Amino acid sequence: MILSEPNYPENLRYHPEHDWARIEGGEATLGITWYAQDSLGEVVFYDGPEVGAEITKDQPYAEVESVKAVSDVIAPVSGEVIAVNETLADAPEAINADSYETGWLVKVRLTDPSEADQLMDAAAYTASLE
Amino acid sequence: MTTAQTECRTSLFDTHVEAGAKMVPFSGWMMPVSYDGIKEEHIAVRTHAGIFDTSHMGEIEVEGPGSLAYLQRLVTNDVSKIDIGGAQYSCLLNEEAGVIDDLFVYRLANDRYLIITNAGNHEVDLEQFGRHAPDFDVYVRDASSGYAMLAVQGPHARQIVRDQLHIELPPRMGVLAQQVGRKPALVCGTGYTGEDGVELLVDPEIAPAIWMELVDAGVVPCGLGARDTLRLEVCFHLHGNDLSTDIDPISAGLGWACKEATGFIGCDKVAVLRANGTDEKLAPFVIEGPGIPRQGNPVMIGDEVVGEVSSGTFSPSLDSGIGMAYVRSDLAEPGTEVEIDVRGKRRPARVSSKPLYPKEK
Repeated sequence: MILSEPNYPENLRYHPEHDWARIEGGEATLGITWYAQDSLGEVVFYDGPEVGAEITKDQPYAEVESVKAVSDVIAPVSGEVIAVNETLADAPEAINADSYETGWLVKVRLTDPSEADQLMDAAAYTASLE
Repeated sequence: MTTAQTECRTSLFDTHVEAGAKMVPFSGWMMPVSYDGIKEEHIAVRTHAGIFDTSHMGEIEVEGPGSLAYLQRLVTNDVSKIDIGGAQYSCLLNEEAGVIDDLFVYRLANDRYLIITNAGNHEVDLEQFGRHAPDFDVYVRDASSGYAMLAVQGPHARQIVRDQLHIELPPRMGVLAQQVGRKPALVCGTGYTGEDGVELLVDPEIAPAIWMELVDAGVVPCGLGARDTLRLEVCFHLHGNDLSTDIDPISAGLGWACKEATGFIGCDKVAVLRANGTDEKLAPFVIEGPGIPRQGNPVMIGDEVVGEVSSGTFSPSLDSGIGMAYVRSDLAEPGTEVEIDVRGKRRPARVSSKPLYPKEK
């Protein structure tokens, strides 16, 4: 694993189910946090939605599996999937290597941009882990 | 860690924690699930050597002139076939032929045996052993606190153990009394990974020093996660998954370890099941394509549920999902195509022969 130490970038918003969202205008990139990938261990399988799918805040939209466990990925915001990280099908370990950059999961067009206000900033999320 | 208060710790607990292992509760013990990652540990055992703390497993000593007759009654295999210094796999059954536990029996001397139990079943095993002891001229003792157990496994394991500990090793499926760290120890030519190697039964006090010595010599520390993926690739049963008191040894494919002529508890039931066949059989399978099966997943043909996964994981050696499932007996033949319902998604799978990971050479 490349990011071997806890890392929670300031420019992201966080959901209590250990997901992050990078909000850019009416769009957002989504993924799982360092804590989530560390708890899972080596990710060996990723099963996500297709472009065009609708995802709903607080509902599962993808599955990440490690050798020992399977975990639902919970949507931090609602939206329509406009891009998916195609590289994860063959290289799901990117989620461990860098869950914020190469290990992003999907990009969505936000249904309700105000939902982002309910998410935590990095300080609040980090505090929630203690 | 509040859970750590209620769980037992092996003598290697501090060693694991200091090395940064991820600790989890398992069968009443705090055990390392992995050190640097299950895949790396798994590959290390397949290609080099790995070391596991298996001190959570239990030990029962049986001694006395009635030992053989007693063990023939208690466990399923033919104990008379074990030479002094030999080992044998066996099952402990109830009267209904349900599997209370699966065990290893080592014959240490003429009338002296050591039985290795699974951590989660040790108490019920002791109860069963104790219940029948008064009928025989035997002395039965829980010896668990006297032993730490280290499994050193992999193609280079035996050589490293021999060089580092300066001891003689028993042949495969043998046991040899040796001196390790100036204390009496038992060296067993057994394991749970499908690789060559030894299991060391040593004084708990010296276990951390032995562990460190072998790790310094290049043996990779491994956790229970890799132990599970390794054993499933070679289709070794795990009690609690593939075996339970609701399962008989014939369905489980353990008929080879049952010798009804010895008169073991449950032997009449086993004889009937062997003669008439069972409704279900344990079958190993490989997922063809993506998806990782897990315990409890239904096995499907069309819309019909034909079985249930008892163990499932991702196989680092085969790079695919693998497992074992109890399926309708007519479907247990290698080559049978089924589907596994993995959390609502149908994953095509093929019943395979044992082991799923064939050792090269």
